[in-house]
Amino acid sequence: MAAGARDDAVPVGIGQKLMALNWGMVLVIALVASVGFAMLYSAAGGSIEPWALRQIMRFGMGICLLLVIALIDIRFWMRWAWPIYGVALAMVVAVEFVGSTGMGATRWLSFGPINLQPSEIMKIALILVLARYFHGRSLDETRRFIWLLPPLLLIGMPTLLVLKQPDLGTAMLLAAGGSVILFLAGVRLWKFGFAFVAALAALPVGWSQLHDYQKGRILTFLDPERDPLGAGYHILQSKIALGSGGLAGKGFLQGTQSHLNFLPEMRTDFIFTMLAEEIGMVGGLGLLLLYAIILTYAYVIGVRCRHQFGRLLAVGLASNFFLYVFINVGMVTGLLPVVGVPLPLISYGGTAMLSLLIGFGLILSVSIHRNAEIPRTSN
Amino acid sequence: MRERIDKARHPVFTRRALMLGGMKAALFATLAGRMYYLQVIEADQYRMQADENRINLRLLAPPRGRVLDRHGLAVATNRQNFRVVIVPEQTRSVEATLDRLNAIVPVSDHERARVLREAARKRSFVPISVVENLTWEEFARINIRSPELPGIQLDVGETRDYPFGDDLAHTVGYVAPVSEEDLKAGDGDPLLELPGFRVGKRGIERSFEARLRGVAGNQRVEVNAFGRVIRELSRTEGHPGEDLHLTIDARLQHECMSALGGESASAVVMDVETGDVLAMVSSPSFDPNAFNVGLSSADWRALSSNTRKPLTDKSIAGRYPPGSTFKMVVALAAMEAGVAGPSHRIFCNGEHKLGNHTFHCWKRWGHGWVDMLEAITQSCDIWFYDVAKRVGVNRIATMAERLGMGQTLLPDVSGESAGLVPTADWKEAAIGEPWQQGETLILGIGQGFILTTPLQLATMTARIANGRVAVMPRIVRGRAIAEPKPLGIPEDHLKHVRLGMDMVVNGERGTARQHQIRDENWDMAGKTGTAQVRRISRAEREAGVKKNEDLEWRSRDHALFVAYAPLDRPRYAVAVVIEHGGSGSGAAAPVARRIMMEAMRLDPLRQRPVSLADTPGGKI
Repeated sequence: MAAGARDDAVPVGIGQKLMALNWGMVLVIALVASVGFAMLYSAAGGSIEPWALRQIMRFGMGICLLLVIALIDIRFWMRWAWPIYGVALAMVVAVEFVGSTGMGATRWLSFGPINLQPSEIMKIALILVLARYFHGRSLDETRRFIWLLPPLLLIGMPTLLVLKQPDLGTAMLLAAGGSVILFLAGVRLWKFGFAFVAALAALPVGWSQLHDYQKGRILTFLDPERDPLGAGYHILQSKIALGSGGLAGKGFLQGTQSHLNFLPEMRTDFIFTMLAEEIGMVGGLGLLLLYAIILTYAYVIGVRCRHQFGRLLAVGLASNFFLYVFINVGMVTGLLPVVGVPLPLISYGGTAMLSLLIGFGLILSVSIHRNAEIPRTSN
Repeated sequence: MRERIDKARHPVFTRRALMLGGMKAALFATLAGRMYYLQVIEADQYRMQADENRINLRLLAPPRGRVLDRHGLAVATNRQNFRVVIVPEQTRSVEATLDRLNAIVPVSDHERARVLREAARKRSFVPISVVENLTWEEFARINIRSPELPGIQLDVGETRDYPFGDDLAHTVGYVAPVSEEDLKAGDGDPLLELPGFRVGKRGIERSFEARLRGVAGNQRVEVNAFGRVIRELSRTEGHPGEDLHLTIDARLQHECMSALGGESASAVVMDVETGDVLAMVSSPSFDPNAFNVGLSSADWRALSSNTRKPLTDKSIAGRYPPGSTFKMVVALAAMEAGVAGPSHRIFCNGEHKLGNHTFHCWKRWGHGWVDMLEAITQSCDIWFYDVAKRVGVNRIATMAERLGMGQTLLPDVSGESAGLVPTADWKEAAIGEPWQQGETLILGIGQGFILTTPLQLATMTARIANGRVAVMPRIVRGRAIAEPKPLGIPEDHLKHVRLGMDMVVNGERGTARQHQIRDENWDMAGKTGTAQVRRISRAEREAGVKKNEDLEWRSRDHALFVAYAPLDRPRYAVAVVIEHGGSGSGAAAPVARRIMMEAMRLDPLRQRPVSLADTPGGKI
């Protein structure tokens, strides 16, 4: 760790905190984002306009935000966990009434020029509040069912609201992200088993509740050739692009599938395909390795943290990040159905980039304040 | 207390975090494995699919071979088609551009609606044809004003053109868009599936399709997902179709057509030495260019319901009883059989009785005493009834076949009829009744079952005039033809028949003496024929046979005339058939004369014909 600070002390003041910041992790994050800039440059046919430049600017803003969040004392975030969750929940509810509609789903809230996706904020808020909740629970309490009801409610409310938008992908991500905290906090494994069986049993009911396009996506996932020019087109073209990239790729800016427009959504959800087409399996695995390094940083931070809030927060956020990567790559390689999940730090888009960097800011804040003494029952 | 609980929670968290980390590692490994599967194991297959996506093979249609007449005049050629296309993405308003174009060249409302419809349906970079077949002047005018016509592009395509129009419509045929049957019968040539491609539908265009079509070239282009061409990757040029040289003389063909004067008729002109068909005309005709552009259904109905059958090539598919032009065949058969020679004399009183049937001569009160020469000259039916009875149907049939009847003669042309040369066996097989002797008598004057085409009549005449070989007609030059077989009819027999034909035109009592050609170098020999198309009943005959002019057109007799010229060294044979034209001497002979005069006028040697054998030092 940074020189000058004692290993078990909490850094005080901006200088010390900056010294204690995990710059290695910031560097890897910047590296991954740079890969994204390069791909957006390629997607524009070798031009920094219109996407790469805007993405760079967003990243710059996001990094500043990340540093600010990282430097703020972790106890501040812990104290504000409940209000943040409350605001996020209010916004998710607000979307129901005043949200903008896009792609057949109501997902956006407009604040003047800024369009906000409350579900993105909710992902972080949910983890914050759950970490806060379980920080205050002893192991015995955690294992008792009655103490499990509040977190289930905390997860269930936003999940159902988002499901109603309807946004199946985000709802599942919320549920999964919340479950990870329960798992880390030490909820008995058989309870997860029970929940899994219950979910399976509810599957037919759930299926009937799905919208046609959602059913279509799942059917198409199961059999992409079902409709090669329609719904299956995306995934088929994505596999062709990936496969034809081969081991070393067709070369930067040389992807035929992406540059001749066979590949849909190549700057957002399918950007990984474009990357793997142009720089091959070597490039694709390289990117996965960078992601793995970021995850490892977060794990180490979590495990080394001395308070339960920080531990749950760091690994919970990291798991959320992992889910994004896995679902996106799994989707473009045809392992998972097409759900609109962007590739973290790479896909073009502002809200996702900001929420990710906010998440990393929180993880880094855990890192800086890992030795903070936080009583189990505060307040 | 707090420490103790935290200590208890920490190992649980660490254990759970490690479990979670392990799961994530396993899932990442799954992703890596999936990528290995797609990008290494299945890479070749996907590479192929990516190429299929982006590479388009485009056919380059080869220019179709031309069809030329014997002097090199093009009778079927490729004309530049000046046309205007519009590319919707290059203009802000297709309608505004069309309005401005309309000020320069007329664009009908119908066309305009079609363009707008296509523009709405197709991708905006696909050119849409607006007007075609512009004149050079219109084309240039649009070109000059193109700056004010956004989206308009000028384009020069190729289209088939038949400069002689309906003169050669039947012989040369026409091209038209590929039909379903063409595709099914096709040789798998990808050209057939090319939009706008045209194939030969009849005549030479059809039978020589393979040679005229050529071989497609191709072009590999890279396209994007919307089909827009990004760049050319490679190009292979095809082979243009071969030119085809006909034996037809397009100018003579034209003269023949005007000589027929719109009658439902046909004429064939043949070189008696080589068999070259110099003209082969069927009237009335149609404009083959209309079929290329696309015929309206009303035009099609008008053509196909016309009682004079413009769509039928009467020169090879029209089947007519030869009438008296068949009498040379009977005379030759008689001499060969040895049953009646030139000196065979018969008294013609206008009637010939067989059993309780009476057969009439065309001359009601008879010709008196006639021998073979007189019988041919005056076309006496009684002499030929008598001789035919002596020769018998089968020997007449054999002679008819040796002179080219009852068979198709042009292997290159589809739609040719073989006609019909009846025999006793044929009737037994086809009708199931025995041959009657009366039918032999009628055959003797070229009536009854027998049917011939004008081409067969011309061939018969050419063979009689040639005398040495069984000349075969041909309409395509430069084809290796088999050495013609010897005719095998003694010159001694032929000269009697030729003298008869000479007398028909040049004799005192010849049936065509008014149509003599008074030029000693081009004097013509011939034979008239008037073929009945209906049976004259006894009642009618007794009431006095009606004159042709009094009958409705469909019931009038066919008029025929066959001829060759010049007399002493024959060069051309002509056959003319005018459907329901009345009499051979009245209707067909003057037309044949006019055609023969034109053939002479157009003869490249102009002077006395020099035959192949007539080279210095050699004489026949």
